[in-house]
Amino acid sequence: MTTPTPSQTAGPFVSIGTAWATGDATIDGEGSVVVSGKVFDGAGDPVGDAMMEFWQADAEGRFPPEVPPPWSGFARVLTAPDGSYQLVTLKPGAVPGASGESQAPHIDVSIFARGLQQRLVTRAYFSDEGPANATDPVLAALPEAARATLVAERETEEPRPAYRLDFWLQGGKETVFFAPW
Amino acid sequence: MAGATMAGGQSSMRAEMTSLDVPAPDPAYYCPAYRSTALRSPKNPLRILPAGLTERRAPVFGPSRVRPEDADLTAGLAGEPLGERVVVAGEVLDAAGRPVRNQLVEIWQANASGRYNHSMDKHPAPLDPNFAGAGRCLTDDLGRYRFITIKPGPYPWQNHHNAWRPAHIHFSVFGTNFTERLVTQMYFPGDPLLPLDPIYQSIRDKNAALALVSRFDLGTTVEGWALGYRFDIVLGGPTVTPVEL
Repeated sequence: MTTPTPSQTAGPFVSIGTAWATGDATIDGEGSVVVSGKVFDGAGDPVGDAMMEFWQADAEGRFPPEVPPPWSGFARVLTAPDGSYQLVTLKPGAVPGASGESQAPHIDVSIFARGLQQRLVTRAYFSDEGPANATDPVLAALPEAARATLVAERETEEPRPAYRLDFWLQGGKETVFFAPW
Repeated sequence: MAGATMAGGQSSMRAEMTSLDVPAPDPAYYCPAYRSTALRSPKNPLRILPAGLTERRAPVFGPSRVRPEDADLTAGLAGEPLGERVVVAGEVLDAAGRPVRNQLVEIWQANASGRYNHSMDKHPAPLDPNFAGAGRCLTDDLGRYRFITIKPGPYPWQNHHNAWRPAHIHFSVFGTNFTERLVTQMYFPGDPLLPLDPIYQSIRDKNAALALVSRFDLGTTVEGWALGYRFDIVLGGPTVTPVEL
């Protein structure tokens, strides 16, 4: 067993190397939803130089290679100077958890930026999945206030369902983050 | 990344979410000497995410989006960039030493003068119209990658008085599962700035820190054309590999 290569910050110019792969998780077609929000630091200032990656199952809970292209399950977004991001995607289906139990629909989110020595990993769940969220093993292990930091709130219906979720890297509203390794 | 020392397989990790420290090979999120971490490092303990199906899969990037010429950072523009041409090559392995095949490696870097092709880089050093500073490739069937580029220059930054980043190339690597995702930086051997750099020095495991310094390699060097540097990458993640009997 070899020592894993350590992480180093993506730095302020992460867009140079990663912008080529930015874009939505799906062609903006039937059944798509929007997830958007902002990323904030511990002073409440926007994090305008972050690179975010979204990783999720398709509507049937499948990942490549079980689901063929063009579905990739992957999307990358650079935050705007005001810290905002927007993801257009298909709402994922439920997926098996660590022991095969069902997990509520969710997106794994990674945040890379200057000042982040390694990525931050969190999840986005959906507020209109109440019954599934109630039995989700990851959410169930969290105190209620912490749980709320992972649930994107459904806001509008037209022209397509839109959800809002902000990420707070630090402070009183700090998002629940998971060990990335 | 890293953290192969985490005890237990997926089933035992399932039981409880627990706070834990960053494993030794990786730098802590909060590093006082690296100023930007002050307001961007979480203060609450991280929680363990039991590896469900989402964490046991990873994106697949096919050859349709990554072309062979994307691995040559000296090509594609009107002329040749200024600076010292180098070949940077290595292999991507998982924690068990198995090659990570046909997976995406991305790099980005400053030019030979230490200037990034980015609107937010205010260093008063010249941009090079023939150097964009980004490349990518897919590893081959043995996990190998190879880039042709220009040796980046060191540059000043605002972290503290007279602060200079050692010459480095940013690397972004995907593994075969979500937990193996790695973004890091590769350095060059003998750089006098390494002992002074709070980002490099934030790695507490000195052997792990040494692994970020590429080594000059005559075998990778191309006669009459470019020096070669080797940089191998080992992805971590919680995968517990059964001992082969």
